[in-house]
Amino acid sequence: MKLVYKNVDRDGEGTVGLNPEEPEDMWHAYNLISVGDSVRSTTIRKVQSESATGSSSSTRVRTTLTICVENIDFDTQACVLRLKGRNVEENQYVKMGAYHTLDLELNRKFSLKKPEWDSIALERVDTACDPTQNADVAAVIMQEGLAHVCLITSSMTLIRAKIDVTIPRKRKGFVQQHEKGLTKFYDNVMQAILRHVNFDIVKCVLIASPGFVRDQFYEYMFQMAIKTDNKVLLDNKSKFMLIHSSSGFKHSLKEVLQDPAVVNKISDTKAAGEVKVLESFYTMLQCEPAKAFYGKKHCEKANEAQAIETLLISDNLFRCSNVSLRKEYVKLVDSVREAGGEVKIFSSMHISGEQLDQLTGVAAILRFPMPELEDEEDEDEN
Amino acid sequence: MSRHRNVRSMNYSDEYDGYDDVYGHSVEDEYCVSPSEAAFMYDREGSKNKQKIGAFFQTVTDIAEENEADSEMREANLSDIDKARLESCIDQIKQIVGGSVPRQDLVNIVLLYNFNAEKAVNFILGCPQYKDVTASERKEKASTIIPKELDSSNIKVVTPGAKTTNVTKGFDLAHKEVNRLNVTPRSQSPASGRVTPINVPPTSDQNDEVKIFKTKDNKLDVAEHYKKERGGAREHLYMVVIGHVDAGKSTLMGHLLCALGQVNQKTMHKYEQESKKLGKQSFMYAWVLDETGEERNRGITMDVGRSQFETKTKLVTLLDAPGHKDFIPNMISGAGQADVALLVVDATRGEFETGFDYGGQTREHALLVRSLGVSQLAVAINKLDTVSWSQERFNDITQKLKVFLKQAGFKENDVTFVPCSGLTGQNLVDKPTEIELLQWYTGPCLLDVVDNFRSPERPISKPFRLSISDVFKGTGSSFCVSGRLETGNLCVGDRVLVCPSRESATVKGLAIEEVPHQSAFAGDQVSVTLSGIEMQNVSVGYILCDPQNPVQIASKFQARIVVFNVSVPITKGYSVVIHHQSLVEPAVITKLINQLHKSTGEILKKHPRCLSNNSSAMVEIQVSRPIALELYSECKELGRIMIRVGGVTIAAGLITKVIS
Repeated sequence: MKLVYKNVDRDGEGTVGLNPEEPEDMWHAYNLISVGDSVRSTTIRKVQSESATGSSSSTRVRTTLTICVENIDFDTQACVLRLKGRNVEENQYVKMGAYHTLDLELNRKFSLKKPEWDSIALERVDTACDPTQNADVAAVIMQEGLAHVCLITSSMTLIRAKIDVTIPRKRKGFVQQHEKGLTKFYDNVMQAILRHVNFDIVKCVLIASPGFVRDQFYEYMFQMAIKTDNKVLLDNKSKFMLIHSSSGFKHSLKEVLQDPAVVNKISDTKAAGEVKVLESFYTMLQCEPAKAFYGKKHCEKANEAQAIETLLISDNLFRCSNVSLRKEYVKLVDSVREAGGEVKIFSSMHISGEQLDQLTGVAAILRFPMPELEDEEDEDEN
Repeated sequence: MSRHRNVRSMNYSDEYDGYDDVYGHSVEDEYCVSPSEAAFMYDREGSKNKQKIGAFFQTVTDIAEENEADSEMREANLSDIDKARLESCIDQIKQIVGGSVPRQDLVNIVLLYNFNAEKAVNFILGCPQYKDVTASERKEKASTIIPKELDSSNIKVVTPGAKTTNVTKGFDLAHKEVNRLNVTPRSQSPASGRVTPINVPPTSDQNDEVKIFKTKDNKLDVAEHYKKERGGAREHLYMVVIGHVDAGKSTLMGHLLCALGQVNQKTMHKYEQESKKLGKQSFMYAWVLDETGEERNRGITMDVGRSQFETKTKLVTLLDAPGHKDFIPNMISGAGQADVALLVVDATRGEFETGFDYGGQTREHALLVRSLGVSQLAVAINKLDTVSWSQERFNDITQKLKVFLKQAGFKENDVTFVPCSGLTGQNLVDKPTEIELLQWYTGPCLLDVVDNFRSPERPISKPFRLSISDVFKGTGSSFCVSGRLETGNLCVGDRVLVCPSRESATVKGLAIEEVPHQSAFAGDQVSVTLSGIEMQNVSVGYILCDPQNPVQIASKFQARIVVFNVSVPITKGYSVVIHHQSLVEPAVITKLINQLHKSTGEILKKHPRCLSNNSSAMVEIQVSRPIALELYSECKELGRIMIRVGGVTIAAGLITKVIS
């Protein structure tokens, strides 16, 4: 994302102009825009015009509109952001107050006006525009009969393909069915890799599985590549990494990102960092339960005592439509920072973020134990 | 009969030509509408589309027991006021004597004493058949206070007196009506709870009479049929072989099969030559069970291998489970089918210790099979030849294992220890010849130990359930599923419901160990040829059930879990993998409801923040897509789950309530 301009006054009101350049920027935009903001962008609108004789004709015109956002729709797989709202700036084609749905497009500038830019939003603009945060990794998590092909960018994990095939078990007498099933499965996975992984961008491809599935697959893939003379695969052979995981399910990606060999290679990605922090939260919960808490109420209490060392918070919470609730979370984050604590904002598109979301979305590692919190009933249970 | 012949002589390979080559291609149209088949199905079943609701009435109470139906009737005949009095009396009595007296007995007693609770209690306490149950119950009641157990939740955990000594891995669930009519006592097999499918409207009193007749007939039929079919034959036993990787499971079993003459000389010679060529001669016996090239090259078992042998009184089906950590999912699906287990441990110095210490599979496997409901265990102390048959070593290992197995919930007299050597074949089928061993060992050889296992009772009269562990293409054109018949019986021509996809199919053929049969019963390992359904729509972990008595389908359920050794605590939102029979599904623990006391089941803490080592709790689990399951109280086999994370089994659980 490119920052075109930024006019934010001292009270936090202002406008920011942005230019999204890659699909991931849509995700950032999705996190930035909330209901009530006004967004200005160029768009195509169908306009009906009536001639002097009374016949009407409709034409599609490209025009620039400013809408006050009422509804936000994000397609995670296609990375398309759709904003619905009323027009707030009249022009020759569109009346004031008419509804319009803006599709934000790549490489088309849009400007976003917020009544209040809080620290979280400003930080999001900074991270979105930071060009160094680029690490594209593809991962194939597989087990016999099941594979997920996913792309890991700095703030998103996208499942590109899921391959679920029933492989007959080996049984006395006919092992062939089992082996035939396996070959078919490997072939499907290989096709999925070729289709979804762009080797120009991707730094490395992780192949993870329990047992020997990954080795067998790797062997199969390169045998096939030699047979069919597939240049793409052969040239990128060095990008493949074989890693152990306990299963082929999506959440095993967490284990993969913790593997020391992977950490070395992609340590700068947000995904790996998040997994590490979440892990340390769980370790703390095991060893010293009085120093690790989750749930909004507990975290706020701990914050009042200035006890929070690391705050783990999911970006899902900032996306809520309830303005006052969002403010509370922003306040929590700000005050933790003020007290010298570290705040990790998890992307809910990563595996670790998904897990944190399930865990109420907010968790904290404390500086000192607060056993008194433990006795209280956790009431944000539901 | 000509119609039948028509079906038999139908040339399937012509019908479905090229079907398997087109992956993902729907062939439903050509598949079902074969006219001859349609005609056949119409006559057989009275058409699936036109099935009248009356058909349900005759079979709904398939398996209700007579006395239950009886009391049910008596209950039904009461007026509303009397019913209320009856309920309050039962409640009073339950508070005094606990829930262990069967409900229908209570009803009878209360009616006998004309709603006088005091007299009824006196009668129960005086009655010898309830004496021991109530005594232990009361004793426990005095020592532990279970707050509001009758209403606070519908699961009451009661520890029977005998079990209090060991750390229980199993639970006892008392029943309370959720929306069922019949409730069976816990002491009996929890059979008949599931007789009324929810979607069937309640039957009127008039039908009761017919129903009872029908059920009696039906039940007798099955039992008689079973006796006729299986009465004379040897008892069938399924044994899973478990143990740490490289303990010598496959070799031990391979040698046993060899010694019993199950493998012919020529094949054995071939294996010997080939393994010698690869420089792995010690694996020659293992090759009997490890058949894929991959397994042979790597020298480890990866999937469950199966074979069969006979002992003096039994027909034993052997399931050779993989020992390697990464293949535990396979091992679980194998062990889920077994009645008894053989734990193989390596006696070599150092090897036993690595297998037994934390992280070794000896522990995990033993805990798993116990949690999967296997209660009888033989322990083969293998490779004793490497320590020159030292008695000291044998005793040392036995001592360590005894303590652990007791903790895991095995009764001491259900565990047998046998010294042996898989490679040399000592003490497998015959008495040992090794002098060093003879000096101190006089017990039975491995084969005798296996022969001494008791075969468990087969729940043949319960509604039919089969969990699919494999889907493959049969010899002809149709496809087969194989798995264990958990409960009930199945005949060729039956219609079955495939859950959770809720599709129906027809059984075209049944085979047990490659031998075609007309019918199969609970406990059998069968392969079923299905028609009327596509192969793509059936996958491992699905359940075949009786269309009149379908299994429950849920994506969210409550379970009581026992947490094993975990490195990170379980919190809410923890993503795990659950194993239910052969099914492996990702799931999320969405709620920690209560933390419970491990043996008494008291609620220690409501809404705990996390669950750590060796705790027990009630949790809510959400599965990513609906699965077919049963409550533990209704069907033990389908009510168990294993919870694993990152290749480690972290908990075992019992399904107590289906939420949605």
